[in-house]
Amino acid sequence: MATSTEIAIATTTLGSSASSITFSSIPSSYTDLRLVFTYKGATTTCYYYARLNGTASQNVCGQTVLKGNGSTASSSRLTSSDLYFSNGNATTTIPFMEQVDFFNYAGSTYKTMLYQGSGDQNGSGEVRRGVALFPSTSAINSIAFYSSGDDFAAGTTMTLYGIL
Amino acid sequence: MISRTSTSSIVQGLPKSRSFLAGNAAYDPAATFLIQRITATGGETSLTFSSIPSTYKALQIRGITRQTTNSGGSILYMQANGSSSNYARHMLYGTGSSAGASGASAQSSIHIASQTADGAINSSIFTGVIIDVQDYASTSKNKTVRAFYGTDSNGAFSNWVGLSSGLWVDTAAITSLTFTQYSGAFAAGSTFALYGFTGE
Repeated sequence: MATSTEIAIATTTLGSSASSITFSSIPSSYTDLRLVFTYKGATTTCYYYARLNGTASQNVCGQTVLKGNGSTASSSRLTSSDLYFSNGNATTTIPFMEQVDFFNYAGSTYKTMLYQGSGDQNGSGEVRRGVALFPSTSAINSIAFYSSGDDFAAGTTMTLYGIL
Repeated sequence: MISRTSTSSIVQGLPKSRSFLAGNAAYDPAATFLIQRITATGGETSLTFSSIPSTYKALQIRGITRQTTNSGGSILYMQANGSSSNYARHMLYGTGSSAGASGASAQSSIHIASQTADGAINSSIFTGVIIDVQDYASTSKNKTVRAFYGTDSNGAFSNWVGLSSGLWVDTAAITSLTFTQYSGAFAAGSTFALYGFTGE
């Protein structure tokens, strides 16, 4: 039987609320990575930021985002040591859906990522598409997500795929 | 080794139930296949996937791209079957300060991505792109393409994220896809991987 070229490496579903989720010891045997997840706030609204390879200040990342809020399309940039893929505030009942594609994550060039965030809050909400740069020539071997505003609720699910 | 089982008996080492919900290992139908991968050694003015089999439902191209020369941001183009006519495209993009849109018809290729990485920015930065082509092997439909791409140069230049749609007004099955840039050649390390989806 032929082997799929998109393979689930790891998946996490929170049994209870948590302030962070980390994928570590990511093998370097794939070409790209894809992360797909949905999250909610445990007791109130929350968003999150990501940190690659545990670096907090060693690499200043750049991000360019295109977003729409139901009435206006806009674009903005951000530079930070952390990656803010979504500024959407997931509520306790309405999850946000996110997908991040990491290109050539184990290669020797800087790492480019494309990310997609979708969150409709039934009267408000946001859709966003963005690109991020992790200016490091090291392979990405860990990805950590930290909640902000509130913990990730139980039931938050993240799956990391490797793409050959 | 092939073993024969029946639903009313148990054969050692094989499950009794045929249901994948009964604790048996999940069945992976292998829905995604890597068909070809091309990596530029540097200096190529075009990169082509050829002899694309017609056996898949859809294609996806994932890639990182960079132009060697400085054009103040390059453009990535795509052509099907070597054709240089009957293309159209639309684009929605963000520059980091404003959102915009553009479109054009009667083009010689599909404008996949704008402001892609080139000699204007750090040589370690490449543009990321994901391109989808549905029903590429149909002989009764014109071909529609969508792309998602972006470049962030950490503020130096070419900060751009976009969504594009493309059309090839031709019902021929796609058997080749060719990528070119605005000016000059692909930088070493530019890589495109072609995947086929079975649709199962």
